[in-house]
Amino acid sequence: MVKSKIKLQTKKLNVWYGNMHVVKDFTLKIPEKKITAVIGPSGCGKSTFLRSLNRMVELVPGARVSGEILLDGENIYDKDVDETEIRLRIGMVFQKPNPFPKSMYENVAYGLKVRGITEEKKLRLLVEESLKKVGLWEEVRDRLNRSALELSGGQQQRLCIARALAVKPEVILMDEPCSSLDPIATAKIEDLLFELKKDYTIVIVTHNLQQAARVSDYTAFMYAGKLIEHGRTEEIFERPKDKITQDYITGRFG
Amino acid sequence: MKLGTRKKLSEQLEDLKSKTMEMGALASTAVEKAVESLVKRNVRLAKKVIKEDDKIDDLEFEIENNCMHVIALQQPVAKDLRTIGTCLKIITDLERVGDRAVDIANITIEMAGRAPVKPLVDIPRMAELAVGMLRDSMRAFKEGNSSLAFELGKRDDEVDRLAHQVTRELFSYLVEDPKKISDAVRLMLVASFLERIADHATNIGERVIYMEKGEMVRIN
Amino acid sequence: MVKAKTCERLGFWAARVAILISLSITGYMLFYIISKGASIISWDFLTKPPTSGMTAGGIFPAIVGTLLLVTLAIVISLPLGLASAIYLVEYSSKESRFVRLVELAVYSLNGVPSIVFGLFGMAFFVKFLGFGTSLLSASLTLSLMILPTIVATSVEALKSVPDHFREASLALGATKGQTIVRVVLPAAFPGIITGAMLGVGRAAGETAPILFTGAVFYMRGLPTSIFDPVMALPFHLFVLATEHPNISKVEPIQYGTALVLLILVLLISLIAAVIRYRYRRKRKW
Repeated sequence: MVKSKIKLQTKKLNVWYGNMHVVKDFTLKIPEKKITAVIGPSGCGKSTFLRSLNRMVELVPGARVSGEILLDGENIYDKDVDETEIRLRIGMVFQKPNPFPKSMYENVAYGLKVRGITEEKKLRLLVEESLKKVGLWEEVRDRLNRSALELSGGQQQRLCIARALAVKPEVILMDEPCSSLDPIATAKIEDLLFELKKDYTIVIVTHNLQQAARVSDYTAFMYAGKLIEHGRTEEIFERPKDKITQDYITGRFG
Repeated sequence: MKLGTRKKLSEQLEDLKSKTMEMGALASTAVEKAVESLVKRNVRLAKKVIKEDDKIDDLEFEIENNCMHVIALQQPVAKDLRTIGTCLKIITDLERVGDRAVDIANITIEMAGRAPVKPLVDIPRMAELAVGMLRDSMRAFKEGNSSLAFELGKRDDEVDRLAHQVTRELFSYLVEDPKKISDAVRLMLVASFLERIADHATNIGERVIYMEKGEMVRIN
Repeated sequence: MVKAKTCERLGFWAARVAILISLSITGYMLFYIISKGASIISWDFLTKPPTSGMTAGGIFPAIVGTLLLVTLAIVISLPLGLASAIYLVEYSSKESRFVRLVELAVYSLNGVPSIVFGLFGMAFFVKFLGFGTSLLSASLTLSLMILPTIVATSVEALKSVPDHFREASLALGATKGQTIVRVVLPAAFPGIITGAMLGVGRAAGETAPILFTGAVFYMRGLPTSIFDPVMALPFHLFVLATEHPNISKVEPIQYGTALVLLILVLLISLIAAVIRYRYRRKRKW
């Protein structure tokens, strides 16, 4: 079904929060430099699934993970794998824009400084490069030392994407990145995704079906913790095979 | 990089339009070649026209499929939506134009080897007019030129008039020489096919006006 | 409808009257202290030691003593309190029994009367550890007393830092420690400072904890080491008001001291308020 190179792959992935079985036997291939959307009703485990891909799920007390997640063929849950290393390779953008209450420059440079990069020239260069990638450079170049909280919601979200790009990840996970933005800001982020997929593998969780249809190359439909259907986005939206998928995407769910 | 332009949708619409233009060019050429084969009694050229119609049919499916993708995945509205609707309607007309070209080519093959009914004068002239209308309707589509589209109505009247004239003329041959009945009837059919092609061009013109202005108007 | 409106109006008036009463009492108190103490305040009063058996001179050693006590107390209790708060909020599971126990301890400690801290300080620091009646013993006792305040306010400050900051930092490959140092603490800073200042204000005004542990009525000169006893404003006031035989002569000094103490505490609160205000303007989460 998926012809491009596989970047990230889950095999029989299960996630529990205490006794709650949130993600069930999830096996999914995520192709390189494509956008894969994960859709499904609220509470179906989409966000948990996403957070298991960069081991953020481990931060939840009582969370348990079984199965494998292979990044370029290596299991990121192996005992000798450092989760901070994984999160460097698999970046994340959150639902609500969450810039640090620091300057725009400090925000984008954060991930680099944490890695011990202190050379001012190098930092400046990387910050500029990242801001250019998200189309924010022209808008903020004169006020890089102002607080990031001065930006509009859409700009903040693009700053957060720039912050994630600065550490040069290979995969970017996005957890409903537009849910708090207006349509114009949303359109900008969607255009940005279109640009970003030339260089990055993107997994986006959204409960906005139209958005999944617009931006993604592949779509995975998730329901009650299970992967119901996965395929090319046009297949899922024009001729879904599963009855539940059909009902969900046509808005006849209930 | 400019954000907020719905780049993907814009690209897909551009692609749709250029594919539709390609289909229009193929259909126009098919009509031209079919009539040429008829005039020059060139069976090989006629067979080529029939074969190349497959390309037009394939394009119709491809464009229709793409329109479905864009509607399902991009939720187009306003002019974007009208453009897609227009493409869907235009390709039906173009496919039929292609079929008429095949019909004419078949007549060339059927009439091969027999003495001509008469020297063909008005039919090539009609063909020239109809193909001209078709090309202009596609140009109007490409440029979004609704005044060019609007003129097609008048030009269609001229083709209708010529079609009448050809039919009347052929009637006289029909009466004079019973041996020529079958070929005279075939030529009458060609005239009516060309008249239909001009109608398709006019339909395309109406669609272009709808695409540009959002109004459904009859232009003849 | 009409009835509801009347009730509301009545409620408003009741609230207004309440505010008026409390304001006027505070106002009168301030007025009383200022009118009785202002006249004596002068450069000499602030910079000279007392003379003639406390009936003349200034209160300089007491001011310095209070500042020393307070500074030392905060230097001891802030790192301790902040570290505990960081452990409670960032490192332990919120439901664990240990955390609940610690929280319970902190809150009960907050309710312990200051004289009990004083007695404990005397028994533990002065006698058991042998620090004697000294700046050190008194500061340690004060730091113990303000520790619960500092832990509680720091815990609240850390909890008020939204989790999405932590998530953002961790998702960028930062370790937990880096996240706390680079993101959580700067964001919690205004809250922590507020707590510290509250503690300082309380430490500056308390008499009981230093009564038996380090404060003396009169000293020739300033303390030269942390094992020297100190003079302190509240204690000075306490002694002047309760134990001095010459009431009429020390009365102005007494009110002057009260005024200085009041201004000192107000100043500390003001600094805290300014810091809070400046940070709050910048944050919008």
